[in-house]
Amino acid sequence: MSSKRRRQARETSSPMSTATTPPAVSLRNVAITFGDGGSGYTAVQAIDLAAKPGEFIAIVGPTGCGKSTLLNASAGLLKPSDGQVEIFGAPLLGLNARAGYLFQQDALMPWKTALQNVAVALEPKGVSRREADQKAREWLRRLGLAAFVDRYPHMLSGGQRKRVALAQMLIRDPEILLMDEPFGPLDAQTRQIMGNLLLDLWAANRKAVLFVTHDLEEAISLADRVVVMSAGPAAGIIGEFPVTLPRPRDIAEVRLDPAFHHIHKEIWASLRTEVQKAYAQGEGASA
Amino acid sequence: MKRLKLTLLQIAVGIGFLVLWHVLTAYPILAPTRQTQFFFSTPIEVLARVWKEFASGEIWRHLGITLLETILAFAFGAGGGILFGFLFARRALLAAVFDPYIKAANALPRVVLAPIFALWFGLGIWSKVALGFTLVFFIVFFNVYQGVREVNPVVLANARMLGMNERQLLRHVYWPAALTWMFSSLHTSVGFALVGAVVGEYLGSSAGLGYKIHEAESVFDVTGVFAGMVILSVFVILIDMVVTFIERRLLVWRPAPSTNGQG
Repeated sequence: MSSKRRRQARETSSPMSTATTPPAVSLRNVAITFGDGGSGYTAVQAIDLAAKPGEFIAIVGPTGCGKSTLLNASAGLLKPSDGQVEIFGAPLLGLNARAGYLFQQDALMPWKTALQNVAVALEPKGVSRREADQKAREWLRRLGLAAFVDRYPHMLSGGQRKRVALAQMLIRDPEILLMDEPFGPLDAQTRQIMGNLLLDLWAANRKAVLFVTHDLEEAISLADRVVVMSAGPAAGIIGEFPVTLPRPRDIAEVRLDPAFHHIHKEIWASLRTEVQKAYAQGEGASA
Repeated sequence: MKRLKLTLLQIAVGIGFLVLWHVLTAYPILAPTRQTQFFFSTPIEVLARVWKEFASGEIWRHLGITLLETILAFAFGAGGGILFGFLFARRALLAAVFDPYIKAANALPRVVLAPIFALWFGLGIWSKVALGFTLVFFIVFFNVYQGVREVNPVVLANARMLGMNERQLLRHVYWPAALTWMFSSLHTSVGFALVGAVVGEYLGSSAGLGYKIHEAESVFDVTGVFAGMVILSVFVILIDMVVTFIERRLLVWRPAPSTNGQG
């Protein structure tokens, strides 16, 4: 019954009024250790992070700082060794059914066509085959893939595969979007196109987003708030920076805004030492 | 152009071999022709015998029986291999407990089982099916086991994030992944099903290609043995072509293999 009340609360209040609604994702004092007890490797420690419903958060940090680990904890794919993960105020048990996850690597089923890959996402919801197919077609058309519905993933380009994966995630209409360097493997032009596409989709139907990237410019141009993590091991959050650039934004144009440079400078000042630290560690490890 | 040249070269090798065979057996070069023809027959006689076998129509019965045994051995072996491959891959304890026994059973040369199977199942087709089964089962079993265990973890995590339950994961992720591995070994396992059938027939039966070859051997009818081998080779090539066709139909989603492999 408490979940029912929560649902009603969410429906009646606008997503941006934060006083009463619990955060979509809340990590409280989260630590994640791999391996057993004393000999384990602590990836992240003492993480406190809350994403309001409809808020776009970008997480940046040096490589290997455990950014993806945080997403996996929010998705329920990893159980934190310490601390709590709460989804809309309820502790997360098992997988996070209210979240969609866009992986860095190719995660489409290679034996299914683009259409089948997207339509199958509705099967767990009990949607009929015909309706699922029809909705999948609609989504693929929206993402500019109408001509490619019957292609298998290996016949699509990297950017097209990402768009299929995006459709697969969004067709379920999840309330939280978790994205792990989703545009990382793409070339610069495709990244911009994908970034603008993501912003358009998000503006039309605002979700809480946790977007992990190593690209600070991408983070600023997309997000409402940029979270900076320190170098691992036992990485933590060392700074949070609100991005007040006006929306709607164009990924390419927003970078020319003087305010963008100002924010970039400010964040980079705190990020630089961590990147150098991570780099020095990498050098030490490989020497 | 390149393709044509290759085909011509392939045909040239075949004709060269036949001519060499003919010359060496038709003329007393290495030994008197009576002697060479007893040991090696002649290509013309072998081809004439093959023609006679088909013309009289008797060979069809033997071919049919060998084909039936091959199909049954493959069907049962693949079915069992898929079932146990899935079961063991999803139940780690079961796999760990049975591991040494499976390795021991697989290490056993299957030919020694043929007389036992003849004793248990008689001289009809079922003892040959059993022999083929023991060969096919392990190939498919190991491939399916591997396929299910080595499902791409990202694809699996993604499917789970889409909310799939165990049954849906089985249907959309584990099953296709395992099938891929099984089909990659399809040529080998169909080949082994045929080996089981022919070896079984050879060791004790009253029909089939293996029986035909054994029958000819027992009366030193070298022409008959070679004719049987020619028929068997063509039979294997035809089965392999069917397998390739099925494979292409079922694995359309796979990227084309790099061109340096065999077609």
